[in-house]
Amino acid sequence: MTLRRPESPFRRLGGESGLSEAKSRDPFFRQRRKGRSTTLGATVGRRAFLAHAAAVAASVTIVPFAAHATPEALAAAIKEVTGGKPLREGKVTLDLPPLVENGNTVPLSVKVDSPMTADDHIKAIHVFNEKNPQPHVFNAWLSPANGRAFIATRIKLADAQKVVAIAETGKGEFWTAHAEVIVTIAACIEDIT
Amino acid sequence: MANVLVNAPKTAKKGEIVEIKALIMHVMETGYRPGTNGRIIPRNIIGDFTATWNGREIFRMKMSPAIAANPFVSFAAIASESGTIAFRWSGDEGFVAEHQVSITVT
Amino acid sequence: MTGLRLAAVLLAVFAASFALAQGDPRRSGYREMGPALQKMQDDDAANPAMLFVQAGAAAWAEKAAAGKSCADCHGDATASMKGVAARYPAFSAEAGKPIDLEGRINLCRTTHQQAEALAPESDGLLALSAYVALQSRGQPIAPPDDARLSNLRAEGAELYKRRQGQLNLSCANCHDDHAGRKLAGATIPQGHPTGYPIYRLEWQALGSLKRRLRNCVIGMRAEPWSYDAADYLALESFLMQRAKGMAMDAPGVRP
Ligand code: HEC
Ligand code: HEC
Repeated sequence: MTLRRPESPFRRLGGESGLSEAKSRDPFFRQRRKGRSTTLGATVGRRAFLAHAAAVAASVTIVPFAAHATPEALAAAIKEVTGGKPLREGKVTLDLPPLVENGNTVPLSVKVDSPMTADDHIKAIHVFNEKNPQPHVFNAWLSPANGRAFIATRIKLADAQKVVAIAETGKGEFWTAHAEVIVTIAACIEDIT
Repeated sequence: MANVLVNAPKTAKKGEIVEIKALIMHVMETGYRPGTNGRIIPRNIIGDFTATWNGREIFRMKMSPAIAANPFVSFAAIASESGTIAFRWSGDEGFVAEHQVSITVT
Repeated sequence: MTGLRLAAVLLAVFAASFALAQGDPRRSGYREMGPALQKMQDDDAANPAMLFVQAGAAAWAEKAAAGKSCADCHGDATASMKGVAARYPAFSAEAGKPIDLEGRINLCRTTHQQAEALAPESDGLLALSAYVALQSRGQPIAPPDDARLSNLRAEGAELYKRRQGQLNLSCANCHDDHAGRKLAGATIPQGHPTGYPIYRLEWQALGSLKRRLRNCVIGMRAEPWSYDAADYLALESFLMQRAKGMAMDAPGVRP
């Protein structure tokens, strides 16, 4: 069986199975699934089905479209807000789903333990990530007028990675928390073309 | 006018901490994705979001391309006085959206 | 709420969930999502689909060039459109054939508003269908008991079981035989159309059931049909029949 399909500009197909060619609308990258040739039988039994499923699930390689942010870029971005002052673990609660169902929209919230008074409050909350093309996610500025040091938003994550939240107090101290998230790949997506 | 959905209580007790949620329709195009022609789709994001209570800033956020499409932001504020809470989003390609809600503080 | 009424409500809720646990093995795709996405769908201040609903509510009240708005004929949608989305596709005497909800909206535009039909998957059509579908939230899916739909449903059932595409898979292979299992990290849902139109995170936008089906067809490595193909209507009719009695949860959020 030979079937013509539009060729992905990013890869050549190996084998006759087109299953692995799914293109993604991933926010930062085109993903590529390494072609594993699967022989297509006339009937799809349970084992064959599982083989197909495995072909979709297996060997997912992420092809960076642009350069990754690196651990060094992350460190540099953090240094920009802290000015090199020490970061202490604690006070910050960073909430992200441990298993992300789609990296396009990932609910995130940051809560900081603070009385939010004139003398003792959180002035800013910064969030960074390790593997999107750039380390910045957002910076938010707060004041005692907020009553509670809290922010919730939704972010994009291109890949399984570390997310870091930093809280800056009115006195210029820095507290931090981080989370490791796993980003799963969507199935049955459409072609970009 | 951009499509905006803001959720804040219409009334609150003085000193009460209220939660405010703001959603806005926007593509948040990252500037890292190739389009169908293989060329990069230019970045088009909201970069700044601010909220003011009777003119005083209560929240400000700088967004990057890593904020999801149709940005959602939620934060807290102390109900200080009756008046208006105003929101402003601005970004690439001259994008500006403004929205206000009124709140009665008793 | 009085204690007695509260008790009655709790009892009803308990009875409903008990019935669910006991008898009906059908599960909405909502139940395959993690708590974070369920919360996103449940909170109207956070569900991104509500941006489209808001646009739909505005469009509902907007006068067409010929003078009439949807509201001029249908009044308050919260009353007149309650349960409507739950019983489409339906046979339209006006069109002389079965149509789905989008088809019905466009029929009103072309015949009652002397306006142009809205394009498939256009923001305008999605917004109106989201607004109409919202009015059926919590309502049981109620496909019409209408013999004129039988052929279409049978066609849909046949399509659902037919192996197609380079992978030689049928819809049933995934949604009946392997529902609940993982495929590339995604849980295969049973494929019930309870939440349409949905805000799909993969699309970063609202989309119709047709678009969702199209994605599955592409996933099967079959040639996707064009948006006006009768195959979609047949599948939609079959899927609604298959989900009969399940509660609508539109506009849904799906990964
Ligand atoms: C290879 C397995 C596979 C096949 C074959 C397949 N689907 Fe799907 N389908 C999926 C997966 C996986 C999802 C959920 C994807 C997600 O949400 O990330 C899905 C989602 C759906 C949904 C949405 C359910 C919801 O909760 O909103 C419907 C409806 C559906 N499929 C119908 C069909 C129909 C009809 C066919 C045949 C034309 C079909 N599918 C073929 C895997 C498959
Ligand atoms: C000039 C009057 C008129 C206007 C304007 C109009 N409709 Fe209708 N609509 C009708 C009539 C008549 C029916 C058929 C009623 C029936 O079959 O019971 C109908 C049926 C419908 C139905 C199906 C109702 C059902 O119970 O099956 C929907 C949904 C609908 N219209 C949506 C809309 C929308 C959305 C708009 C605006 C874009 C609109 N209509 C504008 C007259 C109108």
